[in-house]
Amino acid sequence: MILRLAIASLFARALTVGMTILAIALSVALFLGVEKVRTGAKASFADTISGTDLIVGARSGSVQLLLYSVFRIGNATNNVTWESYQDIAARSDVEWIVPISLGDSHRQFRVMGTTQAFFEHYKYRQGRSLAVSDGTIMDDLFDTVIGADVAATLGYNIDDPIIVAHGLASFTEHKDQPFRVSGILEKTGTPVDRTVIVSMEAIEAIHVDWQSGAQVPGQATPADVIRGMELTPTAITAALIGVESPLQTFALQRAINQYDEEPLLAILPGVALQELWGIVGIAETALLAVSAMVVVTALIGMMATIFSSLNERRREMAIFRAMGARPVAILSMLVLEAMVMAAIGALLGVLLLYIGLVIAQPILDRAYGLWLPIEAPTLREVWVILGVICAGTIVSLVPALRAYRMSVADGMMVKT
Amino acid sequence: MTVPKLSVATGESVLLLGESGSGKSTLLSLICGTILPDQGRVEIAGTDITTLSGGTRDKLRAEQIGVIFQQFNLLPFGSVMDNILLPLRFAPARRKRVGDATAEASQLCAKLGLPAGVTSAKATTLSVGQQQRVAVARALIGQPPLIIADEPTSALDANSQVAFLDLLFAQTTTHNTSLLMVSHDPRLSARFDRVIRIEDIAQIERAAA
Repeated sequence: MILRLAIASLFARALTVGMTILAIALSVALFLGVEKVRTGAKASFADTISGTDLIVGARSGSVQLLLYSVFRIGNATNNVTWESYQDIAARSDVEWIVPISLGDSHRQFRVMGTTQAFFEHYKYRQGRSLAVSDGTIMDDLFDTVIGADVAATLGYNIDDPIIVAHGLASFTEHKDQPFRVSGILEKTGTPVDRTVIVSMEAIEAIHVDWQSGAQVPGQATPADVIRGMELTPTAITAALIGVESPLQTFALQRAINQYDEEPLLAILPGVALQELWGIVGIAETALLAVSAMVVVTALIGMMATIFSSLNERRREMAIFRAMGARPVAILSMLVLEAMVMAAIGALLGVLLLYIGLVIAQPILDRAYGLWLPIEAPTLREVWVILGVICAGTIVSLVPALRAYRMSVADGMMVKT
Repeated sequence: MTVPKLSVATGESVLLLGESGSGKSTLLSLICGTILPDQGRVEIAGTDITTLSGGTRDKLRAEQIGVIFQQFNLLPFGSVMDNILLPLRFAPARRKRVGDATAEASQLCAKLGLPAGVTSAKATTLSVGQQQRVAVARALIGQPPLIIADEPTSALDANSQVAFLDLLFAQTTTHNTSLLMVSHDPRLSARFDRVIRIEDIAQIERAAA
């Protein structure tokens, strides 16, 4: 009966109670939303590469190698020679190896040279393979396969020509060797969506007339002649490796890191990602702290609401006291009310979060390649909800104790 | 405030007269045990409540005393039934005496002339007269031996005052309940077994400003 009366009392103050609950709900939705985006971004990053055991590049930092080879962020400090690549590829413990050559660009998108093996072995989001939504994988030397974002942003279709620019921020273009869009990949939510993929030989082909980063004046070898040339690469930027057995991963990593011919670095993508989280962890923590402060602010707002209602509720408390309620019953009733408000606020917050997720999921995926899964609340989220209810209960003790003292002082004879 | 002696017998109706600020509410609070005297005894049904713990005192109040306020003080968000049953929530023995509390509450409502089906209505939707009756029903449920009424007629016109007192006396007489009613209106005196002026039973020393 007391719970029912407490709820009825809340209904009697529907507007202020409703606003308080809404504030709690929004703060909980924000907190859980930040948490979802944080874990979603992490998962999205982690899902970018799947099934690759090692990434090899010139010796630098493991995070740097991961960023430029997988996420197309930053640049390699050096290349890996083709001989070293072949040495590694020839090892018995290497099941497959995919070379990557980065350095050129098309508009705002990176151009990546690779082999057909890339389409076979590159996996994302728990082992999904790349698939062509339109056209085919490169067939001719000057064919290119473009990511879904490249096609969507630049409005490209199959057979459209593409001129690759030399370097990343260069106005010099490889105008003499235009590419043709042979295929458009399905959306993956990974940096592949923003990549122009060509063959390793094509990377060599467009640099036939180039020396030391500049085109040799007056030299323009015809495409047909280039097709007949030996186009074996001299260097690559990095390589993705799958090992025969997971047990061999560390031995292979050690062997590559101790490679005598040139300084190389082999990294485990998962470990490098953990290092990356370590770096961005402070920002993540700061973001969580800010959203946690919003929850705290909402709970303090609830405390203020209860405080401000105390005077107008003195008569109500006096009635309860006259009927035999102990002061502790008055305290319990206010705490119970706060618990109910916090619980409804937290649950409403979860509901708002899921509504927001349903709306934002396709938008975030389209705009940022960030996939936020809509799943049942995680254990961590359940703890957050329980934490909010507990915190709401605790902060309500402040006005509840004041009500306790007031009810002791007023007794049953308050005349408000 | 010093009260040398005041007693109310079982079934007796006592009117306590006094001007505003004369200490009537303080005396009622002392009798109800929500404040304690610095010295002396306050006995309710033979129990000295000054020796009881706060919790036991509150429980004794719930068991033994029905309270009617000046403005009836019903919980505005509760139904008529909620308001009538409220004292039983804190008084297990009183609840036992009642048996079927809901049926008893409905019966009381009927006896007090409240319309059928009123028990589910919100207290605030009732007329003043109906609120009076609900307040009486709340005080009477479970037949507490003592009813304390704090100026319940002060806000009523003469006709309503008479009707209210008729109602109250009919119920207290039926159940042999003691009634201690506080008022500043001496015209009510004729209805009561005994009339006491607060200045005759209590000396009040006011603190110097």
